[in-house]
Amino acid sequence: MKERRRVGMLAVLGVAAAFVVVGCGGGEQGSGGGGGETPTATVVSDLPLQGSSRPQNETIVNAITLALEERDYMAGDVQIEYTSQDNATAQAGQWDEARCSENAQSAAQDESIVGWIGPFNSGCAAVEIPILNQAGLAMVSPANTALGLTKEGGEPAEPEQYYPTGERNYTRVIVADDKQGRAGAVYMQDLGVQSVYILDDQETYGKGLADQFQQAAEDLGIEVLGRESIDGDAANYRSLMTQIAQTQPDAIYFGGITQNNAGQLVSDKVGVGMSNSDVLFVGPDGILEEEFLNAAGDAAEGIYITFGGLPASELPGAGQEFVSSYEERFPDSSIEAYTTYGYEAANVMLDAIERAYNADGEVTREGVVRELFATQDYSGTLGTWSFDADGDTTLTELSGNRVENGEFQFDRVIDVGGA
Amino acid sequence: MATTQEAKTGGSTLEGLRASSWSSRIAVAIIAALTVLLLVQAVREPGQFTSQLLIGLTNGAIIALIALGYTLVYGIIELINFAHGDNFMIGSFVGVTVLSGTFLGLGFFAPIDASSGAALKVFGVLFALVVAMVVCGLVNVGIERVAYKPLRNSPRLAVLITAIGMSFILQNVGLAWKDASQIPFPSLVSNANILAGVTDEVTFRWKDLFVLAVTVPLLVALSYFIRSTKQGKAMRAVAQDKEAAAMMGINVNRTISVAFLLGGILAGASGVMFGLFNGTTVFDVGLRQGLFAFTAAVLGGIGNLTGAVVGGILIGIIGSMTDQYIGVRWTDIVIFTVLILVLVFRPRGLLGDRSAVQGGGGE
Repeated sequence: MKERRRVGMLAVLGVAAAFVVVGCGGGEQGSGGGGGETPTATVVSDLPLQGSSRPQNETIVNAITLALEERDYMAGDVQIEYTSQDNATAQAGQWDEARCSENAQSAAQDESIVGWIGPFNSGCAAVEIPILNQAGLAMVSPANTALGLTKEGGEPAEPEQYYPTGERNYTRVIVADDKQGRAGAVYMQDLGVQSVYILDDQETYGKGLADQFQQAAEDLGIEVLGRESIDGDAANYRSLMTQIAQTQPDAIYFGGITQNNAGQLVSDKVGVGMSNSDVLFVGPDGILEEEFLNAAGDAAEGIYITFGGLPASELPGAGQEFVSSYEERFPDSSIEAYTTYGYEAANVMLDAIERAYNADGEVTREGVVRELFATQDYSGTLGTWSFDADGDTTLTELSGNRVENGEFQFDRVIDVGGA
Repeated sequence: MATTQEAKTGGSTLEGLRASSWSSRIAVAIIAALTVLLLVQAVREPGQFTSQLLIGLTNGAIIALIALGYTLVYGIIELINFAHGDNFMIGSFVGVTVLSGTFLGLGFFAPIDASSGAALKVFGVLFALVVAMVVCGLVNVGIERVAYKPLRNSPRLAVLITAIGMSFILQNVGLAWKDASQIPFPSLVSNANILAGVTDEVTFRWKDLFVLAVTVPLLVALSYFIRSTKQGKAMRAVAQDKEAAAMMGINVNRTISVAFLLGGILAGASGVMFGLFNGTTVFDVGLRQGLFAFTAAVLGGIGNLTGAVVGGILIGIIGSMTDQYIGVRWTDIVIFTVLILVLVFRPRGLLGDRSAVQGGGGE
């Protein structure tokens, strides 16, 4: 593993060096404004375009392209240039910390860039936000759900550690994990669950979610029978599941991701005699992927999964319009869970650039950040919503999904706004 | 050497007690207290206790089978073959490939899966086991020829590093072959409880029986091979003294190859069994399972075949008991604490090192 990583690192450095050279060359254009020419500004997206999350992220790039095409690459009077960056490496098969850092650093030095759409993974965001914060670059992520990126409740030093300047520059259009953890509890209450056993995979994402879930479950009067952290490398979980079966819970909540053996966990749960109809299993969007269904096989049938947003079919009118224009423009690509969020992120960013130019007479990073955070009662594909002071969306509707016939099926809308 | 060691440990118990240090008496007291606590649990909740014991036994049996591969090779050439765990992973990949019926894009036969008939399932399992055993045996022999044999007279450290290198190579072969995601195994062995009609409290599935049904014959066959065949005698002789064995006309190179072949066969069998038992496998599964197996081999006394089996089953049972009575997050800590305690008080492992392969065990 280590040797693989080293080779990967060299490759990344090489590519990054190329990026920096190109970036410096392009930097001459400036951010425009004034004079008779059309002012120009560059928006970049930064997503993992290799490995298992490639299909999902390609649809996000498509959605951003669509948003730009619908505006003829103009944000008001500003000509927009768009660059799609890749923060994954082939060796890692997923996002790579070094790559995220290099991408952010080269963008920080390129003055023509005023907007950053991405990243996809919260771990990558943790690397990029501090770099781009010092550069004062406005960010909007379509997919990061880790609570600590914007609010307290994650690690002790979060979120301050990400904002060295003390000013916020990061926003996201997806609902964060505090609401998703809560959604798991609300979902269970809807399903008539009275007692629950909580598991997590010991990672920031999974443990954070399980913490939020536990708090919400206790608030809602669901009895918590126990809490355990699993070892993602274990061969099987039969002992653990046998022990959980003795506590006779109505449901099991798992905060974690597929890669930490979620499939094995579910098949052992069913294997020791806790069928998915007797003892419900609820998990987060970390297992909302095909790979989980492959690993869990038949045992996945009937489990419940929350998602920090709504599926395309449940979106309001504007959302449906997006779906049909996307399908028309990209007939070979089918809409994934985060596609709509990519479109929304692009539109919010472009609107902020337009407002910044109208107010200041030029496009500056400072102006874009100010206007991005000023997004109020924005009526888009996800409904009408605003950014709060932390850059989080005010939306409170999430979705509950169920595995039926080996596929994820939308089950119901979960509104956590009442709390 | 081995015989004097045996004589020492075989001394009278009373004398041993008098000579023992305070620390070892405390250790014995702790073990006794833990055993009593476990027995209390066993009496209070017999069903629960028995279920966990059986889970520990089956998990332990798989670990034991891998541990034998470590211990066999160590007994002969005193090398920790770190690539063994990854050979185990290759075994599980071979198994899943055979069952899919497709190799290198060529479909040889329809995939054998849960919907196949009973006879086909049995055939599929046996076929996958045999193919994996052959492939892994040959891979292990190949590794020995390419990576270890040229270094046989080099410093011990050089071979050790080569072994770690081979481990990485195999892991990346697995990664290139099947990608980084978890690979599902078809469920060919029933998950149903055999004891369903007898008692509800104890779970013992066909899968558990399957593991024992594969492990026990392999252990018996291996034991017979080492004790009673000519080649087995040659192995014991080479383990004792390579040069003397060579002078007696034993082909040392071939004997070492046979040890690697046997180790690989066991790795292949346990790889397929692991996959069928747990339902999934992944390219880095060998790292964790190999570590446990290595621990089991050391715990029982590296080089000692009986020790490896005892160590493996002990680790399985300690794991399931910790999961039940202490908590999942403590399992690894407990297992390795036991290992450290055993090594502190019995540096040669529970049953002493190298004795069985050298023929010292029963004599």
